[in-house]
Amino acid sequence: MKRKQFIKTAAAGTLLPISLNGFSMKSWSQSSLLRLLGARAMDSGKVFVLIQLNGGNDGLNMVIPLDQYSNLSKARNNVLIPDTQVLGLSGVSATGLHPAMDGLRQMYNNGLVNIVQSVGYTSPSFSHFRATDIWMTGSDSNENWTTGWLGRFLDGQFPAFPTGYPNTTMPDPLALQIGSQVSLSFMGPAQNMAMSITDPANFYNLVNGSTDPTPNSHAGDELAFLRLMANQTNQYATVIKAAAAAASNQSSKYVSGNSLSDQLKIVARLIKGGLKTPVYMVSMGGFDTHSQQVDSTDHSIGSHATLLKRLSEAIYAFQDDLKLMGIEDRVAGMTFSEFGRRIMSNGSGGTDHGAAAPLVVFGTGVQSGIIGNNPAIPSTVTVNDNVPMQYDFRQVYASVLADWFGLSTSEVSAAMGGKSFNPLPVFKANLSRINDWAEVSGRVQLYDVQPNPVRDSATFRFYTDGGHLDIQVFDALGNRIAIPVSGRFVKGEHTASWETKGLKPGNYFYQLSHGNQRTTRVLSVL
Amino acid sequence: MVNPFMDRRDFLSIHGSNASPVAVKRASRRASTGLTPVTGNLTKAQALHLLRRCLFGVRVSEMKSFTGMDVASAVDALLNVNTTPSVLPLNYYGNTTTDPDVAYGQTWVTAPFNGTVNFLRRSSWKFWHLGQTLNQDTTILEKMVLFWHNHFVTESESVPDARMNHLYLKTIRDNALGNFKTLTKAMTLDPAMLYYLNGYLNVKTAPDENYARELQELFTLGKGPDSKYTEDDVKAAARILTGWSISVSGSVPSNTFTLSKHDTTDKSFSSFFGNATIKGKNTSNAGDLELDDLLTMIFNQNEVAKFICRKLYRYFVYYDITPEIETNVIAPLADHFRNNNYDIKSVLAKLLKSEHFFDPGNMACIIKDPISDISGFCRQMEMAFPPASNPEVQYTHWGYLHTFIQSLQLNLGDPPNVAGWPAWYQEPLFYRSWITSDSLPKRNQFTDAFLYTGFKRGGFTTVVDTLIVTKQFSHPEDADQLIAEAVEFLIPMALSSSQISGLREILLPGGIPAYNWTDDWNAALNTGASNHATALSSVIAKLKSLYKAIMNLSEYQLS
Repeated sequence: MKRKQFIKTAAAGTLLPISLNGFSMKSWSQSSLLRLLGARAMDSGKVFVLIQLNGGNDGLNMVIPLDQYSNLSKARNNVLIPDTQVLGLSGVSATGLHPAMDGLRQMYNNGLVNIVQSVGYTSPSFSHFRATDIWMTGSDSNENWTTGWLGRFLDGQFPAFPTGYPNTTMPDPLALQIGSQVSLSFMGPAQNMAMSITDPANFYNLVNGSTDPTPNSHAGDELAFLRLMANQTNQYATVIKAAAAAASNQSSKYVSGNSLSDQLKIVARLIKGGLKTPVYMVSMGGFDTHSQQVDSTDHSIGSHATLLKRLSEAIYAFQDDLKLMGIEDRVAGMTFSEFGRRIMSNGSGGTDHGAAAPLVVFGTGVQSGIIGNNPAIPSTVTVNDNVPMQYDFRQVYASVLADWFGLSTSEVSAAMGGKSFNPLPVFKANLSRINDWAEVSGRVQLYDVQPNPVRDSATFRFYTDGGHLDIQVFDALGNRIAIPVSGRFVKGEHTASWETKGLKPGNYFYQLSHGNQRTTRVLSVL
Repeated sequence: MVNPFMDRRDFLSIHGSNASPVAVKRASRRASTGLTPVTGNLTKAQALHLLRRCLFGVRVSEMKSFTGMDVASAVDALLNVNTTPSVLPLNYYGNTTTDPDVAYGQTWVTAPFNGTVNFLRRSSWKFWHLGQTLNQDTTILEKMVLFWHNHFVTESESVPDARMNHLYLKTIRDNALGNFKTLTKAMTLDPAMLYYLNGYLNVKTAPDENYARELQELFTLGKGPDSKYTEDDVKAAARILTGWSISVSGSVPSNTFTLSKHDTTDKSFSSFFGNATIKGKNTSNAGDLELDDLLTMIFNQNEVAKFICRKLYRYFVYYDITPEIETNVIAPLADHFRNNNYDIKSVLAKLLKSEHFFDPGNMACIIKDPISDISGFCRQMEMAFPPASNPEVQYTHWGYLHTFIQSLQLNLGDPPNVAGWPAWYQEPLFYRSWITSDSLPKRNQFTDAFLYTGFKRGGFTTVVDTLIVTKQFSHPEDADQLIAEAVEFLIPMALSSSQISGLREILLPGGIPAYNWTDDWNAALNTGASNHATALSSVIAKLKSLYKAIMNLSEYQLS
């Protein structure tokens, strides 16, 4: 943490009791006080855990839009989860979870989960690599960035790293990734900010105080020496070993044979053991379910179900562990994947690369609930139709930075590469944002476009209590092709017409956005 | 197609059997192999072993051209050296500091001494020497230059004239694969050596024993158990070496002999030398003649060849010389060296063509010295340096590497003392002394830095273009083959299946199908592809990550 920020934060903390008198919490919306309260996060030991789902997770089979079920059953009958088996969520009727995710359902019902619907970006890439790079760097679809969003974040908090690190203020790695490589997410302006775990086997050995065998040869002798030195001289080896040794997992809910569980077990130990590392990344693969993602006779089981079960069980056990360790209030986490999958399933019982998808944020600090609406599924789905984004993934990042880590607007903007994204009400930390959100919701309404299907010209109709709103149109691939409505409107119903001549026939999505609210509907062009 | 679900269970199995390397042949700890020449053609692994030990870093093209080559021809090719450098050390500093006798871009090696700019000339010499390792031919020359620099040590900072540093290294270079006795004589009379070990102060009225002692202890006989020269032998040799000094009157420094300062009496030696007496001479060439006699007497001792062969063995094979290796390898190699009149090329050929050298048990067991590590990285990744047309920038970049290598405990041009670098003589650590809590992270930081940001100075950035090497592999579009080839190229031993899985995860995260890499690779190389730019950027990022991961493995430090 920058010394300057620390001083600023500490000063704000001392002013708090006085300042609160006479000011409603809401009046501090977007302003300094709550942010500065949050800004103590880096001091108070807050930790964020990212769970990367490699391959592109099928969001439509994970967070199931029950109100779209009949259209969904037409589009993806051979992978469809039977609606009777979808796990219901308390207080929610139109949305449920995959039957394998009982752990996550329990967490939701206990107020520990926030689901953000249809997270993506405009002009989505369908390449694993490109899409992953976009998620890691936080760039627009048409930009090639070489630094990662977490790298920029950590660079802002710990300037000049690694020069002068470790030090007494930050004796521990800035970020830890458990896995084979250090993610592009952590790439800072000059170098990667995460601890370089050069050899995953070595990392587990380090944590567990074991060693890999070496061959019985001269080369083996020298290799054993080099590995010993590598562990001894890793500037963070000592603190990691000490942290791992200082804590043990408390939960009995971890399931063996679950690699994500094993990774999260280590994370929990290291946090409890006293590492000040603010960011961890863990991952699991196998989500590229092009074929046979479900059992052909029982769609509630199969390879995707196995993955979601592992994911759910691992998060559930991790959360339980954190609670038993007494550190649950310091830790939050989220899942992400490079893209969702196509609405329409393919002939081999799988789904191809798609666009937006839901993600899950968990922890005692999240504002429980679902942000956004169920994705709109067209009644006639083509192979090209995709779930359009409701929220930019960088809005989620901005929420993490602003409301979990408590960064200032300018710090968030720096981490976002100079771009500005409105945070979502994902975390409890920022009550004002949640209140703002509550005020906004229910005050706009988007009606069906007329006519639908449309031949030459469509008329949008919407209601607002007043304020700025936009209607954007996306093609089936998720590319934004028009913004037919954008401006301030007085209270009341309004209409706007839009020429559709020249558009290729097919499904399009039109989305009304007002503040943080999004409503998406489908229109078909003939 | 069902996607393989790759989980990381094998990363997590701490004691799992899959953690052990799979393909390293278990070597017998007994040296069953000797100097019998290997016949037949080099496998790729053998070619890489030979090249790694003889070069500072192997290029893909070298690996390819040596694979399948007949062993004898391959070794002979590496020993066929051209000792004339293509360019001499230059005035690179002239844009900021004027050298009154040497124009910017010209060589200073024959210019008059100048005390003001001498330190810049010395830097020029040191940086140039590093540049020679980067630009080496596919021969053993640069490796042997370092061998002899480590053997006949002078420390450039202790020598007052950069031209002497240059002459010293030129003598080493000219004789690096020549005759060891000739080289020893030349080194004895080398101005830098005369200065460094006080030969120029050695006069009959007050003999200075410094060089006479090191000549026997460090340069020829060594301190092996059978090397039994005496303190009186040191004194006698010192008297033989009286009368030499350094002349700086010409355009280049030279040695000069002054009879009046020479001890012209007879010198008697111990029983170790058969109680030999070297007749004192009284002619203007007395110093030269008596030196010849001294060297002939010394070189008649079996210990000389054994000492040098042990040192060559530790430089090219492994440091641990067991009694069996002493018998089966060192002794016959020393006989060969002696029988071939101390011809260096011949003894190297004998060793490098031998079954013992190619014994799998002797592969991958040398921890790279800092030059093999750093220059080796630059060569194997074919990193481009500033062009010769801009000496200021070129030398600055060489200089950066030189300084970095110095931080890894090898200051090229300035060994720590007259015995050379401890890694090549100091028991029990030997090569392990290169690896410290400071140097090992730096080695990793260096490869990381030059894969990503590189070194930027004078408008030029020295940084790896990962595509250059990758494109030369046979199937870079196939992720698994690419990993296998990159590992084989960069690491001298097989990796465990979990390590390979970890590398695979970089190119194909989450077990996505291999065609994803293939598609991106093809688009990255096809400038007409619609996603060319993004694919290129993604491919390069992945390659950097892959090479970084490979180079951060402990195995990468081995040669």
